[in-house]
Amino acid sequence: MSLLAVEDLVVRFGGVTAVDHASFEVGPGTLTGLIGPNGAGKTTCFDVITGLQRPTSGRIRFRGRDITRSPAHKRAHLGFGRTFQRLEAFGSLSVRDNVRVALDIGDGVRGLFRPPVDDVDHLLARVGIADYADRRADSVPTGVARLLDLARALASRTSVLLLDEPSSGLDERETAGLGALLRELVAEGRTVLMVEHDMDLVMSVCDGITVLDHGVVIAAGTPAEVRADPLVQQAYLGHCDEGAGTETTSEIEPVTETIPTVRP
Amino acid sequence: MGAFASYTLIGLFTGAAYSIAASGLVLTYSTTRIFNVAHGALGMVFAFVYWDFSQRQGLPTWLSLVLVLLVVAPVGGVLLQRIFVSGLDDAPVSVSLVVTVGLLVGLIGVATQVWPPAARSVPEFFAGHVVSFGDVVVTWHQLITIAASGVVAGGLHLLLTRTRAGTAMRASVDNPGLLELYGGRPHLAGALAWAIGTSLAALAGILLTPVIGLQYYDLTLLVISAYAAAMLGRLTSLPLTFAGGMALGLAQSYAVGYLPGGGDLAGLRAVVPTLFLFAVIVLMPQSPLRVGQVRGIVAARVPRMRSAGGWGLGLVILVIALSFLLQPGSMLLVGTAATYGIVMLSLVLLTGYGGHVSLAQFSFAGVGALAYAKLDDPNLLGLFLAALTASLVGALVAIPVLRLTGLYLALATLAFAELMDKLVFQSSFAFGLNGTLAASRMSVLGRRIEGTGSYTVLMAVFFVLVALVVLVVRRGRLGRVLIAARDSETACSTLGLDLRWLRVGMFAGSAGIAGLAGALYAGLRQTVGASDFGFFTSLLLLLMAVVWGVTSVTGAALGGVFLAYLPVVQADHQALAGLALVVLGFGAVALGRDPNGLANRLFVLGRWASRTLEREWTRRFPGTMLPPGQGHGPDMGAEEVTADVVAGS
Repeated sequence: MSLLAVEDLVVRFGGVTAVDHASFEVGPGTLTGLIGPNGAGKTTCFDVITGLQRPTSGRIRFRGRDITRSPAHKRAHLGFGRTFQRLEAFGSLSVRDNVRVALDIGDGVRGLFRPPVDDVDHLLARVGIADYADRRADSVPTGVARLLDLARALASRTSVLLLDEPSSGLDERETAGLGALLRELVAEGRTVLMVEHDMDLVMSVCDGITVLDHGVVIAAGTPAEVRADPLVQQAYLGHCDEGAGTETTSEIEPVTETIPTVRP
Repeated sequence: MGAFASYTLIGLFTGAAYSIAASGLVLTYSTTRIFNVAHGALGMVFAFVYWDFSQRQGLPTWLSLVLVLLVVAPVGGVLLQRIFVSGLDDAPVSVSLVVTVGLLVGLIGVATQVWPPAARSVPEFFAGHVVSFGDVVVTWHQLITIAASGVVAGGLHLLLTRTRAGTAMRASVDNPGLLELYGGRPHLAGALAWAIGTSLAALAGILLTPVIGLQYYDLTLLVISAYAAAMLGRLTSLPLTFAGGMALGLAQSYAVGYLPGGGDLAGLRAVVPTLFLFAVIVLMPQSPLRVGQVRGIVAARVPRMRSAGGWGLGLVILVIALSFLLQPGSMLLVGTAATYGIVMLSLVLLTGYGGHVSLAQFSFAGVGALAYAKLDDPNLLGLFLAALTASLVGALVAIPVLRLTGLYLALATLAFAELMDKLVFQSSFAFGLNGTLAASRMSVLGRRIEGTGSYTVLMAVFFVLVALVVLVVRRGRLGRVLIAARDSETACSTLGLDLRWLRVGMFAGSAGIAGLAGALYAGLRQTVGASDFGFFTSLLLLLMAVVWGVTSVTGAALGGVFLAYLPVVQADHQALAGLALVVLGFGAVALGRDPNGLANRLFVLGRWASRTLEREWTRRFPGTMLPPGQGHGPDMGAEEVTADVVAGS
């Protein structure tokens, strides 16, 4: 049985349909990649799953329960945690306090009156940013802020982790470290859903992949299945032919490398 | 039937004027994302300019109109946009609200300074000309106003849909960056919107002046009607805004016609627009959380508790010394400063730490004072109950707007302040119409504090205690959560924080502190009335708090002192009364972007002085150290800004 199910999700902003009858499932204890070109509706899906955006229609189920209308903070108590594509660090607080706040909030009202002595440095060390613990969060490099976002989500004892482009802003070595960390998190029993443009990372660490294009799920399956899917190639290669912006091209390159032979 | 038709006509006339003002507000907001609280004040100032041209200088009516509407007002609007508001669209709502409230107060100051209070009148257009429909008499002025609103509506529609400039204005809302990429110039679109918006404010002001008179405050508060109409259009839809303006005009006119003119409900007629605003805000749909960038505010560093306690003790000793040196009359002023200081502490919590703006702190203080004045033999328990009452009222204001954020919450407080001012405080169960209530001095642990001097010392003690409580909150886990919620509500909600109840809690706490101040004030003055807790004072308080620094308790102390002395200065130098408001208003406009205010500059100065002193000491007496406690500047001098040292850690 699936842990998280997105059922027939539609999100419209004015005249634009960001997500168009998308359905997909995430199994417990898996690492699932959500991929697709820019503007495919991936982040919108995340916003709906975490309760920041109300869908036009469709349902979100968690352990079989309909949570479509429950607010973001209640979903956090269910075990959801997320990171943001455009970073959402608490700029006025230190990196360490950013993580402490997650604990403060998780402890609820009673926790507010306990002394603030939480040791969170092991979490910072785990994602590899212990050196920045005392820096203000609005003064650290993007890559560090991204890992901080991850550490903060981990601190609040999440069981379902939604990561929005966790590797952007990271160098090659850090990306490799991230891949290993993600597998560790899954091995510990967490479920991870990740939007990611680095295809090498997605193909190497994900158990399953869902492909969105223009808000429609065009493919889902194991990395090998998705790689071989003609629709996926068309979606990606089609964009390539149009010679769209540089960002689009750079995120496509890895795919074109991996699937050159199956072209009809 | 004739009466009903007449009321309908008057309603349509006022509604037309409201619609014109509101459409200007919507235009500036939807193009530049700045909600101009000073919109009504602009209308007021340009109505004065029109009076100056047409009456004082005797220019023909048509020429005065052309000059004001097509030259002075648009140029003024563009200058405002260029000088004061450009660059605010990325700033938090609290900053843009403070800046435009500063503008409001500054403009009132300008008007008072340039046109000192005197009897002035602006005649209607074509005064004396009327048209009769059966037994209903319509003046040409009313017809012109209604026609003008139609012209404005049609003109704006054509501008926005049929012209390149209009397209650019609509695009600059959605994505100024993209507009720039395609060769559009968002700044031009913004300037155009402010030019037209200001001109519309001027037009509405000029049209209404013959009816409501050329008054500083009445015309400025017209803006509440404009807010209400604009809110019905959700600040974006012009047709709904026009519908809202008309509906409001009619409702107000019928209220005047058919609601009782006496008794406790007499005030109800004056607050129809405010009730309308409150209702519209409460019915607004949930505002989505904004997903943004990493945002942080460099705030004054929180002092160590020991040094804060030391400075607090010093302050109390100073007030004790003053109580021996000064006359009781002057001590009253010191006590007033303490009152204002405590109210400002409530803003440190709410605005400085929490990032929310309240335009109603004095209304909460008034609730506290009212509750205190109703007590027979006030003591510490009574004081606590008075503060608790105010805090419950604070929660009551925040609960209906639970789902809303920033701007709407602030406007709800504004509507609340206006309601308290015109309806509740004036009614017979409160202070009564222009009335006052007697209050007695408080007893502490069975001993009545009778003398003004000792009572003032007691108030200083309360200021210090509240300041210490605020600092303890800030240093603890709650303070950290407040700062986090200020920086990113989105991240906090995905971490499991229920922002709605945090907001209610913050409002309740802050209103409780303000209520405590009000109760103490009632005991100090021994008679209190509605005029002590006027709506306008809350605006001055907010500005003074921002100028002196709303992130530190030192800022609250300094701001309290200056706010207490402001009316004294104004009374002593009548000629400069307006200028004082100008300085305060535009000072807030200038400093609004830095919530740390002047207090923080003092900390930096103190820090620099102590470093220099230390260096000199070691140079002259090598090998010795400065005595401990000397080397680190004044207490709150430890509250200094450093980019990499973090508040609360």
